Amino acid sequence: MEDFILYFTVFVLSMFVGFEVITKVPPTLHTPLMSGSNAISGITIVGALISAGSHHSTLTTILGFTALVFATINVVGGFMVTHRMLQMFRRKD
Amino acid sequence: MEKLVVNLAYIVSASLFIFGLKGLSHPRTAVRGNMLGALGMFIAVLITLVDKRIVDYSTLILGLVIGAAVGTFLALKVQMTAMPQLVAVFNGLGGGASALVAGSALYEAVNPNTVFATASALSGMIGAVTFFGSGVAFAKLQGLIKERPIRFSGEQATKAVLLVVALLLSYKLALSPDKTYLFWFILIVSSVLGVLLTIAIGGADMPVVIALLNSYSGLAASATGFVLENNALIISGSLVGASGIILTNLMCKAMNRSLLNVLFGGFGEIVSTQEDDVYAGKVKATSPEEVALLLEGARRVVIVPGYGMAVAQAQYAVRDLYNLLENQGVQVEFGIHPVAGRMPGHMNVLLAEVDIPYDKMKELEDINPLFEQTDVVIVIGANDVVNPLANTDPKSPIAGMPVLEVWKAKTVVVIKRSLSPGFAGIPNPLFTMDNTLMLFSDAKKALQEIVTALKES
Repeated sequence: MEDFILYFTVFVLSMFVGFEVITKVPPTLHTPLMSGSNAISGITIVGALISAGSHHSTLTTILGFTALVFATINVVGGFMVTHRMLQMFRRKD
Repeated sequence: MEKLVVNLAYIVSASLFIFGLKGLSHPRTAVRGNMLGALGMFIAVLITLVDKRIVDYSTLILGLVIGAAVGTFLALKVQMTAMPQLVAVFNGLGGGASALVAGSALYEAVNPNTVFATASALSGMIGAVTFFGSGVAFAKLQGLIKERPIRFSGEQATKAVLLVVALLLSYKLALSPDKTYLFWFILIVSSVLGVLLTIAIGGADMPVVIALLNSYSGLAASATGFVLENNALIISGSLVGASGIILTNLMCKAMNRSLLNVLFGGFGEIVSTQEDDVYAGKVKATSPEEVALLLEGARRVVIVPGYGMAVAQAQYAVRDLYNLLENQGVQVEFGIHPVAGRMPGHMNVLLAEVDIPYDKMKELEDINPLFEQTDVVIVIGANDVVNPLANTDPKSPIAGMPVLEVWKAKTVVVIKRSLSPGFAGIPNPLFTMDNTLMLFSDAKKALQEIVTALKES
């Protein structure tokens, strides 16, 4: 339970950080913000790697592998498409 | 010791994500910001790969290669007009992955406790809603299923029952974490809930839904972070959760509606209106040549793009007109409503694609006071966001919604295929105003003809 409180504290505090940082993003960049933050939520790839690689059981390996493919698409595609969009905004600076 | 290094690396990753998002506060720093985020992800993946629990790398390499190939293909091939669909897909995959990781962890757990099981259940719930909700959003945006809200009697009750059932199952799982099969029932019930929640929402409300699903994908990752006791997931997930909540809130404000109203309000159903009475004999149609003449005499022009511009792929024609006018010394700006298009910032991306400088894209509050000094406003495929009824008719479904007050300009040219109502299903008195001219045409064709006419004169 103590552990939980610790993690929950981290959760709440980073919410505040998120609110602070993201309020400053101008509306012009809201689409890249969504795709970029979405790529960040692909951090779940970390868990997928362990599930898929630890060979605990066939079931967990299948679950982990599927999650790994999903999360990798999310991460790679997300960062790349965000980059593509942001380049467009920079071009005429 | 190893655990310490890994955890320190995760904190570095999380910090890089925060710096990355901070970089998005200006177009100049945004590219670097995104790269910092990618670097953070790279570090997190690398440090995880040295984890002692991993015994087989072939599966991992296969998964990473497949995922990277598909992701790269999608990211490079997608048309800018289709960005909302792509973001919906990515949201869904992120949420789905989080749910599956939580499920897998539940099976791996030696002695799962209540906190662990609760977090798994929550991750499963949010993840499944995100996955299937995003799937439906994708299908709507892609035109695979109809965009209008799909509703049936008793649907609100059905959704409420599903939610209660999912929560009860989660509660049971939390009390007896060894009953892992309950997790699958949670997934199934939440999946149906995700479909029902999104299928009832119409096209123009999509910006809200996509923002909300974005938030969910973050919260699902956070919940999985509680399952794995991993701070990197908790921090990153809550950052994304916060981002999605902010955007959802902004979108709702831009429509003067509450989130509950958007999700359950039944907006955008077909309402019968007496358009003939409203428009009869009062609408003035114009021609591209006439618009070209108007533009020749103009000193200040504002272009208001809407979803119609995206549908017609008219952004390149918009650029040609913009360049021509700027070269002739006309001041051109763009007035962009927050909910124009199908996702937050949709119009800005399309304009950026065709090299319109970002300082020409004005927000609603900034452009509204300037319409009085504007000679010509060109509305391209927008309707509800320029409807004066929002200001004048308190009974209108869009009452109180902030709109672009284009009618204050000397002349308004509305490029639209017909007089059909917008998403709100109501007529637009703007079309009958004395200073409004209607150019009935496909947006792209109309703009090209205006450009040709301008060049010839």
